[in-house]
Amino acid sequence: MTDKPSQPIIEFSNVTKRFGTLTVLDDFNFKVAKGEKVTLIGPSGSGKSTVLRILMTLEPFQEGRLALAGMSYHEPNGKGPFKASEKHLHQIRSHIGMVFQSFNLFPHMTVLRNVVEAPVRVLGLPRGEAECRAVDLLAMVGLADKKDHYPSQLSGGQQQRVAIARALAMRPRVLLFDEPTSALDPQLVGEVLSVIRGLAHEHDLTMLLVTHEMRFAREVSDRVCFFDKGRICEQGEPNAIFGAPKEERTREFLQSVLS
Amino acid sequence: MMYGYEWDTTTWLTYATSILPIILIGLTVTLKAAAAGFAIALVLGLVFALLRRSRIKAISWTTAVVVEFLRDTPLLVQLFFLYYVLPDFGIVLPAFLTGALALGLQYAAYTSEVYRGGIEAVPRGQWEAATALNMTRMQTYRDIVVPQAVPRILPAMGNYLVAMIKETPVLSVVTVLEMMGLANMISERTFEYLVPLTMVGLIFLLLTLVCSAALHRLQLALPKAGIPLK
Repeated sequence: MTDKPSQPIIEFSNVTKRFGTLTVLDDFNFKVAKGEKVTLIGPSGSGKSTVLRILMTLEPFQEGRLALAGMSYHEPNGKGPFKASEKHLHQIRSHIGMVFQSFNLFPHMTVLRNVVEAPVRVLGLPRGEAECRAVDLLAMVGLADKKDHYPSQLSGGQQQRVAIARALAMRPRVLLFDEPTSALDPQLVGEVLSVIRGLAHEHDLTMLLVTHEMRFAREVSDRVCFFDKGRICEQGEPNAIFGAPKEERTREFLQSVLS
Repeated sequence: MMYGYEWDTTTWLTYATSILPIILIGLTVTLKAAAAGFAIALVLGLVFALLRRSRIKAISWTTAVVVEFLRDTPLLVQLFFLYYVLPDFGIVLPAFLTGALALGLQYAAYTSEVYRGGIEAVPRGQWEAATALNMTRMQTYRDIVVPQAVPRILPAMGNYLVAMIKETPVLSVVTVLEMMGLANMISERTFEYLVPLTMVGLIFLLLTLVCSAALHRLQLALPKAGIPLK
């Protein structure tokens, strides 16, 4: 990929997304620079997760343009809900990874197999090599000793760390976290956040994080975006948003979640 | 194949022993037909289920029509059609093959619904995770969805296997000499129906009991979460 340093890696231009008559994203504009760590906060139903799901091609959108590293999501003569061929979407997805709220590990595979499967099947890596890398990644998330366990034998926090290793095994340039700690017991949140914190130091990795962990958002992100009714209502450096929010809606929201 | 056989009908025991060899020959045919039919049903049923889930409307609708047709017409009609009508179009299939095919086709329509239910029961998050890992639809079915669906659908599949075994006597109408047909022929010659029919009934009972037990064991042996395919 030969994108210039100035070019944003993610660019939403006037994107509108509707579910039936419900407008989830309304004429939405959003740019993310390469390597930037952006946190999306806001009330539920404000469209934060939809941004991630559209980026991951899990949801089509109706109007506007979206580009990843200069590649448009829509092809000129594209058909189907995504207005693009499966091949084209495949190419876009190869740059993105996603971590889900409910982990979504494959229950019939061991931890190692969960991490190895896609690199072998999709990237065509030899199994031996993929396993070496998987073991390194599992060590990084602190779970090297669990590689032969099945997901059901792990705690939620451990499952989510495996899911992060699984996403990283595909070497994404952009990593999306969709409320990665919302399904966890409070005492397990810390272990997952510390893994994400470690990734935040990776200079080249672009991160989009939807979360309700405000303290964490303030700590790791370069920019915080406050969502309201399908638009970004206010955005800026974490200290500005959390310290001195300008918008009334932002203040109300922060008050309600921080009190 | 009856010529040269003599049956001793003096007591039910001598009668039973004298016809047992022929009944057992019929049993092998019954077993082969059920095995072939079920193999066809398992493979074709999955194919039907996948085609029916195709995103291309023409494919999914055509499949739905074919499956409905197979499900909603009697096996006997399908069997006669394959055996007596297809030759008019130059397709002549041997009797056994016709029988196995007819059983397989009808039960493929049933098993496709079972597969479909099993596939739809796999949580959406599994598909989304596979998409996020950039797996193709084909890879997702093969490595993620079908392996998780199989343990769930096993009991229903087992029921269809048992049902199919019990339906094999239908094949006798297209001259497949399976167990029930042979028993009937013997009875018609000796005018002694009780013993042959009881034997056949008992053998069917034994067969289905064995199948049910084997399936139950298999179900216990399979991991609940799914089976990774190599």
